[in-house]
Amino acid sequence: MATATAAAAGEEAVVVPDPREKTSARILRILAKGPLNILLIIIAVFWLVPTIGLFLTSLMSANDFANFGWWKVASNPHLATWNNYSNLIHHTNIPSSLWVTIQIAVGGTVLPIIIASLAAYAFAWLEFPGRDWTFIIVIGMLVVPLQMALIPIFSLYNHLHLFDTVFGLILFHTAFGLPFAIFLLRNFFIGIPKDILESARIDGASEIRIFLRLILPLGLPAIASLAIFQFLWTWNDLLVALTMARNTQPLTVAIFSNLRQFGSNIDLIAPAAFFSLAIPLVVFLAFQRYFVQGLLAGSVK
Amino acid sequence: MSSPSIGAEPPYAGAPPDGEQGRGRAYLVTAMFLAPAAILLSVWILYPLIYTIWRSFYDSSGAHFIWLDNYKTLFSTDTTRTAIKNNAIWVAVVPALVTAIGLVFAVLTERIRWSVAFKIAVFMPMAVSLFAAGVIWRIMYQQEPSRGALNAVSAAVVDRVKQPGPLSDAFPSGTKLTGTPQTGIVLKTPVRPGSVALLPLTGIPPDQVPAGSVQARQPAPKAGAITGAVWRDFKPGGGTPGKLEKGEVGLPNVTVVLRDSSGKSIGSTTTGPDGRFVFAGVKPGAYRTAIGSATFRQPYGGVAWLGAKLINPAIMIAYIWVWAGFSMVVIAAGLAAIPRDTLEAARTDGATEWQVFRRVTVPLLAPVLSVVFITMLINVLKVFDIVLSVAPSSVQANANVIALAMWRTSFGGVNDFGLGSAIAVFLFLLVIPVLALNVRRFRREV
Repeated sequence: MATATAAAAGEEAVVVPDPREKTSARILRILAKGPLNILLIIIAVFWLVPTIGLFLTSLMSANDFANFGWWKVASNPHLATWNNYSNLIHHTNIPSSLWVTIQIAVGGTVLPIIIASLAAYAFAWLEFPGRDWTFIIVIGMLVVPLQMALIPIFSLYNHLHLFDTVFGLILFHTAFGLPFAIFLLRNFFIGIPKDILESARIDGASEIRIFLRLILPLGLPAIASLAIFQFLWTWNDLLVALTMARNTQPLTVAIFSNLRQFGSNIDLIAPAAFFSLAIPLVVFLAFQRYFVQGLLAGSVK
Repeated sequence: MSSPSIGAEPPYAGAPPDGEQGRGRAYLVTAMFLAPAAILLSVWILYPLIYTIWRSFYDSSGAHFIWLDNYKTLFSTDTTRTAIKNNAIWVAVVPALVTAIGLVFAVLTERIRWSVAFKIAVFMPMAVSLFAAGVIWRIMYQQEPSRGALNAVSAAVVDRVKQPGPLSDAFPSGTKLTGTPQTGIVLKTPVRPGSVALLPLTGIPPDQVPAGSVQARQPAPKAGAITGAVWRDFKPGGGTPGKLEKGEVGLPNVTVVLRDSSGKSIGSTTTGPDGRFVFAGVKPGAYRTAIGSATFRQPYGGVAWLGAKLINPAIMIAYIWVWAGFSMVVIAAGLAAIPRDTLEAARTDGATEWQVFRRVTVPLLAPVLSVVFITMLINVLKVFDIVLSVAPSSVQANANVIALAMWRTSFGGVNDFGLGSAIAVFLFLLVIPVLALNVRRFRREV
């Protein structure tokens, strides 16, 4: 939405000419934009090329990578091969890592959303003593570095047998996703018109009913933005999985363990890395609108 | 109780217990809503917070209370000091740069028609993990210009300005020549007009033999001139070094320089297909013939992005590439919220575009800019994954940052939970001002 508004505003500035402007002045103005357009095209290319480079590298054998750059593949398509990808699927642990990543990302997205929307509803619309200062504590937790939790949770997981389990990783991501999720949803829920809630309460609806039938459907846009954030965050995590698991390796950790021999493992690293970023990229492009909304609503993290 | 008709009030018999019960039930419902979050936040954030602070005062075994010793170690050990120093550079450079780049992009895209496409291109890396972004840039940073895209681009420019020599790997054959490829290779003995200067070279792989070269020929002496030849002093099966033999080819297009006795260059010529050259009309005297250094100039070798010296800027560039889109989108939204009238009014009053930007746009955007800056400040303090994936293990010590030092100390082999906790607490202390800022902002809102 924000991009759309900005675009509309930009278009307005371009299209609507000053009525007093002379034709010559207008031509001059358009000409003056030439360098700007070229500059911006160069910048856009600079932003796109590295990812394209990764994709083309993922189509090269390790031998080719030692001899020439990925741009050779663009000009000589016969150098490209899908072998790396078929190797990846048939002969490595990457598919099982993908499954781990999917479990973590889905669990680490759904669970915090459920828990946070319950809490956010309480913070927004239920009266209880100490509501404001408990919410301030939640806001304080927004910036607590997760490094603060690594050592104690590592020890705790060893005692609880949660070490090296997908569930343990999901719980960690859920807890550290909660402050932001509660903050975002509470601020959204509080904007829901009071009359709707009051009339539902007078009609005798229970709080749980109100939550399920009113708040959740009305809060859907905020929940969608949150879901995308949380999904990208858990999908892309390296630190937590590296610390709290050993054999339960999500994609990032699996790639990390091959990084030491970068050159000779490139035929695994590049396709796996591309694999790991293709899915979040699709999610991002499909739900970009919600992503930007969430970003604007909660860029305090 | 404040009712004006106390006496006429009907007995409210069942009310108080009912209200009490009702409130009790309401609290129970509230507790149900809050309990899952409360449990998770207490166990995964509050308890660890206290435990880590407490743990940071104990030694690595956890048995001995050592008060602030871990913090002393933190500031006196080389590894952690490098990490703190690097993170300080990150803090000084990256948030400001990301904010500035975002601002420039946001302002510029307002003036083009394809701004949505531009924004998606720049914003896209936000979806990519910092770890994968690191892999992407490590491929870009490969040193050999034939493999690393960044160095390929700079090589294309540099090699055009300073063309590499035709014989970049050659060195003198035999014992009669001296000098280095950097200074030029010189014949040891002086030559006089009428004599022949033989300049044999070797170390030229077959694929580097210049195209069009033919069998080298022994130059004939010529009165008043210095003649000579430059050739590849190698033939299958060996041959005698320094001797021009059948099967050895001349080296064309080599620049030969004639120097007088003081070493000053007084003329130059290039060799023909058979390697021969002539300096005609030379006055009597002793001269030296040399092959100029331009012949041996190496092609551009590329910048060592992944070397110890440049690794920090290299990681920062990758990081900025990821975050610029965030900054741009947030600032563009702020920009869209600025009333057009304000800008138009300034323009009508005769302000230049730069003045409008500097005096109107930026001050109005200040709150948004500070949000972006602070967000980036926190992110930069916690930077971790991208360092691991861009920096090869050999230079990771040079690229160390606080979050990485914390992980290494605690889980990367040393397993010192005492020092690791101290590093984590140090990181936490650094973000507390931001925490205070957030809380203050919220209290103002409420």
